[in-house]
Amino acid sequence: MDAFIHQVLAGLATGGIYASVALALVMIYQATHLVNFAQGELAMFCTYLAWSLINAGCPYWPAFVLTVVFAFVLGVVIERVVIRPVENSPVLAVVVVFIALLVILNSITGWIYSYTIKTFPSPFPAEPLFGNKYMSSHEIGATGVTLIVLLLVYAFFRFTPLGLAMRAAAQNPVSARLVGIRVGWMLALGWGLAAAIGAVAGMMVAPIVFLDPNMMGGILLYAFAAALVGGVDNPGGAVLGGFLVGVLENVLGAFVIGNELKLAVALVLIIGVLVVKPTGFFGKVHVTRV
Amino acid sequence: MAALLDVSGLQAAYGSTRVLHGIDFALEEGSITALLGANGAGKTTTLRALCAMVQTAGEIRFDGARIDGRATEDIVRLGIAHVPDGRGTFVNLSTEENLRLGAYVRRDKRAVEQDFERIYSYFPRLKERRAQQAGTLSGGEQQMLAVSRALMLRPRLLLLDEPSFGLAPLIVREIFEIMRAINRSERVSILLVEQNAAMALDLADRAYVIETGRVVLAGTADSIRQDEAVRRSYLGY
Repeated sequence: MDAFIHQVLAGLATGGIYASVALALVMIYQATHLVNFAQGELAMFCTYLAWSLINAGCPYWPAFVLTVVFAFVLGVVIERVVIRPVENSPVLAVVVVFIALLVILNSITGWIYSYTIKTFPSPFPAEPLFGNKYMSSHEIGATGVTLIVLLLVYAFFRFTPLGLAMRAAAQNPVSARLVGIRVGWMLALGWGLAAAIGAVAGMMVAPIVFLDPNMMGGILLYAFAAALVGGVDNPGGAVLGGFLVGVLENVLGAFVIGNELKLAVALVLIIGVLVVKPTGFFGKVHVTRV
Repeated sequence: MAALLDVSGLQAAYGSTRVLHGIDFALEEGSITALLGANGAGKTTTLRALCAMVQTAGEIRFDGARIDGRATEDIVRLGIAHVPDGRGTFVNLSTEENLRLGAYVRRDKRAVEQDFERIYSYFPRLKERRAQQAGTLSGGEQQMLAVSRALMLRPRLLLLDEPSFGLAPLIVREIFEIMRAINRSERVSILLVEQNAAMALDLADRAYVIETGRVVLAGTADSIRQDEAVRRSYLGY
């Protein structure tokens, strides 16, 4: 029983990471109806930057904040410079750009930092918090940070005029222009926010999976599964999906299929959802009149 | 007196299909002007052209300054509110959020809050439905919402595209009455596109009749109403 509780709680901790990345995916998806395959590599690249800052002597939290700001700017710049020109191109052209971004970010990181695995520090103490035997303090801390990020994102979209404008621009760009919203900039802001959320996820997961240029590959798959389970157009659903996938992955990995086959859980979920309920559990059914 | 809106030689095209072939018209500040015409004549396209929603050529002057070639967002910021064809509701947002978006470019926060009350006094139904998802409102309520969203901009010029489309006559009358009141009390100029020519002529001071992308008749609402051809084609008596 103890082992089971431990696995569920550890699953929630990684689930939070998946939830963050899934949320980043859903944000871009809502505005463009495309899945940003480079989301994970963006996060990875930013995590390396945090590593550089920390190694150069910058204390953890200032490095954390600087990295988030950098990620935001990087996201905005990428949207303006790389995505904007292909905005009205066929879907496949945009997907190719996403994949190119993925490969480029991955190679640049490998080139700058080499492909050897590095350790990434955790800002949380090594000894268990509150004498807790089920979760390491990093797991508790990472879950807390993730929850704070998710709450901030929710509050931003729910309660600020800019958040409302971003939702409006994603839903109905034509009407959004007619009330004076600069839709192009809203998309760029969305990219910035998604990149910033990804960077936090990257820094929270790096102490667990270690830092290497391919660290986000598996996480992106889990996040994709999470987004699909929750409904790829529903941010709240994607977050719930993230936690669900995290727990499932951990519990199944520990007790049923073994750690080696864990990633298969994500793939089975993706295929299962697409076959049985393509809209996910909380997604909208799209009806088109012909 | 210079016109608030002065359009000359306006052409517009969807891709390679030209829809407007050089339209000229003007709208006096404080007036209601109607564009009449059959389906496909180019009325909706004219409104879209004013807001840079289609490719255009020709000259559009608002308050003396050229606005053709500017982006939709910037034209809106000059005080031109467009109630589009199909109403343009943000269906997944609440009624209140839709209205709030109408005032997105305004910086006078306190006046915006007062305008909510003003709008709700015009359309009490919207107040009842303010927390409801806008996509679940009835057609008439969505049209009220579309007009209200435009009014939240505190526009100088209101472009209305077929406000009567698909609505019960009683609701159309209500909306038209409110348009008249807004025009009189707040001096909002209105450019109205309508298929229901009789109602439009009752409301308007001036009217232009458009056929296949050209203005074929212009004049005061009364003179247009007297016109033999208009009577037969558009008024049906």
